[in-house]
Amino acid sequence: MTDHDQPVYDLSGHTPLIEQAPLARQAAFSADHCLKCNICTAACPVAAVTPLFPGPKTVGPQAQRLREPGQPSPDHAVDYCSSCGICTLVCPHGVKVMEINTQAKARIVERDGLSLRNWFLSRNELWGRLGTPFAPLLNFGVRSRLLRLLAEKLFKVSARGPLPGWAGYTFRGWWQREQKQHPRPAQHDDSQRVVFFHGCSTNTYEPFIGKLAVAVLEHIGLHVEIPPQTCCGLPAQSNGDFDAARCYARHNIEALADYARRGIPIVGTSASCMTAIKGDYRHVLGLDDDDAQLVAVHTYDFMEFLWKLHQEGRLPTGFQPIEREYPYHAPCQLKAHGFGRPVLDVLSLIPGLKAWEIDADCCGIAGTYGYKAEKRAIAELVGWPLAEQVHAAGAGTVICDTETCRWQITALTGANTIHPVELVAAAYGLTITDKAYTPPVGE
Amino acid sequence: MTPTAVDVLVVGGGATGAAAAYDLARRGVRVLLVEQSDLSTGTSGRYHGLLHSGGRYAVGDPGTAAECITENRILRHIAPFAIEDTGGLFVATPDDPADHPARWVDACRAAGIDIDALTPAQARAQEPALTPHITAAYRVPDAACDSFDLVHGFVEAMRALCAHSTLCGDLLAYHRVIRLVTNDNSVVGAEVENVRTGDRQVIHAACVLNAAGPWAGMVAGLSGITVKVKLDRGTMVAMNTRWVNTIINRLRPADDGDIIVPVGTVAVLGTTSVTTNRPGDHHVENWEVSKILGEADAVIPGIRQGRALRAWAGVRPLYEPPDIDHGDTSGHGVQRRFAVIDHRVRDQLGGLVTVVGGKLTTCRLMAEEAVNVVCDQLGVDTPCTTAAEPLPLPAFRQQYHRLDHRLRKLEHGQLPGQLICECELVTRPQIEAAIAGYGDHPVALDDLRRDLRLGMGPCQSGFCSVRAAGILHEVKEHSNLKVTRALKDFVDERFRGVKPLLWGHQLRQLYLDELIYRRTLGLDRLIAPTPEERLDS
Repeated sequence: MTDHDQPVYDLSGHTPLIEQAPLARQAAFSADHCLKCNICTAACPVAAVTPLFPGPKTVGPQAQRLREPGQPSPDHAVDYCSSCGICTLVCPHGVKVMEINTQAKARIVERDGLSLRNWFLSRNELWGRLGTPFAPLLNFGVRSRLLRLLAEKLFKVSARGPLPGWAGYTFRGWWQREQKQHPRPAQHDDSQRVVFFHGCSTNTYEPFIGKLAVAVLEHIGLHVEIPPQTCCGLPAQSNGDFDAARCYARHNIEALADYARRGIPIVGTSASCMTAIKGDYRHVLGLDDDDAQLVAVHTYDFMEFLWKLHQEGRLPTGFQPIEREYPYHAPCQLKAHGFGRPVLDVLSLIPGLKAWEIDADCCGIAGTYGYKAEKRAIAELVGWPLAEQVHAAGAGTVICDTETCRWQITALTGANTIHPVELVAAAYGLTITDKAYTPPVGE
Repeated sequence: MTPTAVDVLVVGGGATGAAAAYDLARRGVRVLLVEQSDLSTGTSGRYHGLLHSGGRYAVGDPGTAAECITENRILRHIAPFAIEDTGGLFVATPDDPADHPARWVDACRAAGIDIDALTPAQARAQEPALTPHITAAYRVPDAACDSFDLVHGFVEAMRALCAHSTLCGDLLAYHRVIRLVTNDNSVVGAEVENVRTGDRQVIHAACVLNAAGPWAGMVAGLSGITVKVKLDRGTMVAMNTRWVNTIINRLRPADDGDIIVPVGTVAVLGTTSVTTNRPGDHHVENWEVSKILGEADAVIPGIRQGRALRAWAGVRPLYEPPDIDHGDTSGHGVQRRFAVIDHRVRDQLGGLVTVVGGKLTTCRLMAEEAVNVVCDQLGVDTPCTTAAEPLPLPAFRQQYHRLDHRLRKLEHGQLPGQLICECELVTRPQIEAAIAGYGDHPVALDDLRRDLRLGMGPCQSGFCSVRAAGILHEVKEHSNLKVTRALKDFVDERFRGVKPLLWGHQLRQLYLDELIYRRTLGLDRLIAPTPEERLDS
């Protein structure tokens, strides 16, 4: 099967499973835990820079009590929530603030429908695939100041939003060719297998990240499987289009459940996609069945997985020294995993390499938020403390796990941004054939 | 200025007294309403918020059931601003007597209550939180009713009718009747005392209508006659969110913890029934809270893990006719019929009529019958018209029982100004307007609570009371001590309602509030205790 044969998933039918889950376990009921302490409001990067967003407590647990169950919220300020999830992360009492807000957005979308712009931004998977054959033309369009201003006027997609360029081929297509040219020996031992979840960005915009991930996993000695998969659904979810998000989610759960049942780990290089699979499918979209739980339990962020292997003594540590220093930005979605900073842990194994974490909450992009014309200025203000630290350090390269964050950091600072897998691959001495890719170190 | 002579002095600013005052005003009688506290602070303000369909009483008390359904329809017609038509369900669980539903269905039909049988699946489709183990479910025309709005509606309507006259239509709040003035076997007025200042005055009236609820026996006793009121305390627990959008009744003979009422932002779980001997007995016992939560959990699994905001108790004034000895039956079994006692007939004492018993749902009917007797004594033969014409829309119309109303107003800029109470969305201009509404009268923060729902949300005044006290200080130019006292009174009263719920969520909340008010502000050290408080400790 070539990747153009992939089904265009039916995004229509849905069952609101959230309504079937026991009430007390639903995010809306976590509003019960709110003590009004304002810790979330103090931590919210959006409320700090704009009066348009009254803060996570106000639109979250507070407004939740005053919303008619099953009815759309009259409270449109919730649309200014970027769904970065810092509120949920900092709440000492377990209120799922971001989840409440995202569900409130979904109720509004249910009634008012999705704007054309938000529909467009929620379908990155579709545009990635459909645009691949027209990459040169589209890339010209994305880089054209004039066309971007036109798009801002017509579709309210910010001309300053850092849109990626199409690679011109897909990661999946490459993988099929690669397997034909260099067939891997069959692997019958499930403990030596791993599933790679590439996500849309790796598939169509940055396939080199997928190639590096495969190279690293195979260097470790694992047999990589890349089952058919689709968008994680997070862009649709953040825009309140739960029908589409659930449809994407169900497809992924179905594709991955069998591997999870056999105990095969599922790893991915995009921290935000992995957050969706690990948590949002259940806590936001309400897909709380056995398969969803099983898949969540067996899903790992790429660097989390490497650190786990290291702890189990399975990670080869024959790293070549990299005498460099890099600032590292931990994306909000990665913080939501609640697993510390495995990037810093793994990179600390590489001799000579010094990575330090930037003391800033959010880069501001928050998935599709920073691409919206009316929110672009907010996204830039939110990202400013991060940009200042990069400037102050005089760093030319920043490490970050999530693609939209990387693009935003580059847009804000002019610095080059890299995924940590690039450094791991370099330290292992692994190379890939990709004319668009320049390794961060070496020649 | 308060008139010193009126035709009728109505004692008790609850639902019945307010409805009676309105009824009298409609019949052109000069009326004054006197209330020992604020409107709706006794039984009416301490109720669960249910406009009965009558289903609860259909089997045990068919007369009350029939009255309830008739008055239910009338109140929906005349006071729609106070009512949210949630509808109600009666549901039976496997623990409930299996033969009860059939009897109940027959009794409802006989009482004229429209019921619809639902399959358990239909009931759960309507209310997904219901337990899957339902054995029977029926839809009834229950509704949620905000008693503050209803009582204010009656009082404002009375004032509007008497707007042309300075001689009637007034409300004398925070005044307690301390003496009934008698003359030749007839009550001719009452001496009232301002509970805040101690000032006393005599109000002459051709007739006194005693609608003092649990205090009715004490008011009647001021003239040396006996009215036996069986005082029955019932506890309620408010949950932080609504959980359901339909009133859920347990389909079984009346017992503790058989109702869940979604009203405004909360769900009220009720109730217990404990005989007491004090009309102001508002204490709550632990077993009551635990019983109520346990019973509710049988119908809505998981609800007892939810956040309970506050527990409170109200005292039902059940009437015991002197000729019937109930022994020690629990209050659930006592009939809820009301009685109008014409003391001219019963005790040969003219000028005094007592109305006692009944339900909030039947308050208009109680008022009508009591006022009929009063008018008979006065020689007024204008008929009652309160059932026909809707009440004018109260100016102070907050629509708190419409859940998303405030959020909508806030969103559309109709609630400008600083947000003072974040839980219940009360703004600074609203508080200033409410304070102004009291004119020269003193204002307690608790009055603002009843007017605006200030401090009634999850934090139970933790964050708003200090802000509201600051506004009170600015607007009324009170001394620091007076404002600090007002703040302490309010905070103490709010915390009192949380004390029966000190586990989990509310324990955490109260600890935070304690840190703010006691540890940081040192609120209880700012004021020297009064001699009584010193004695208490």
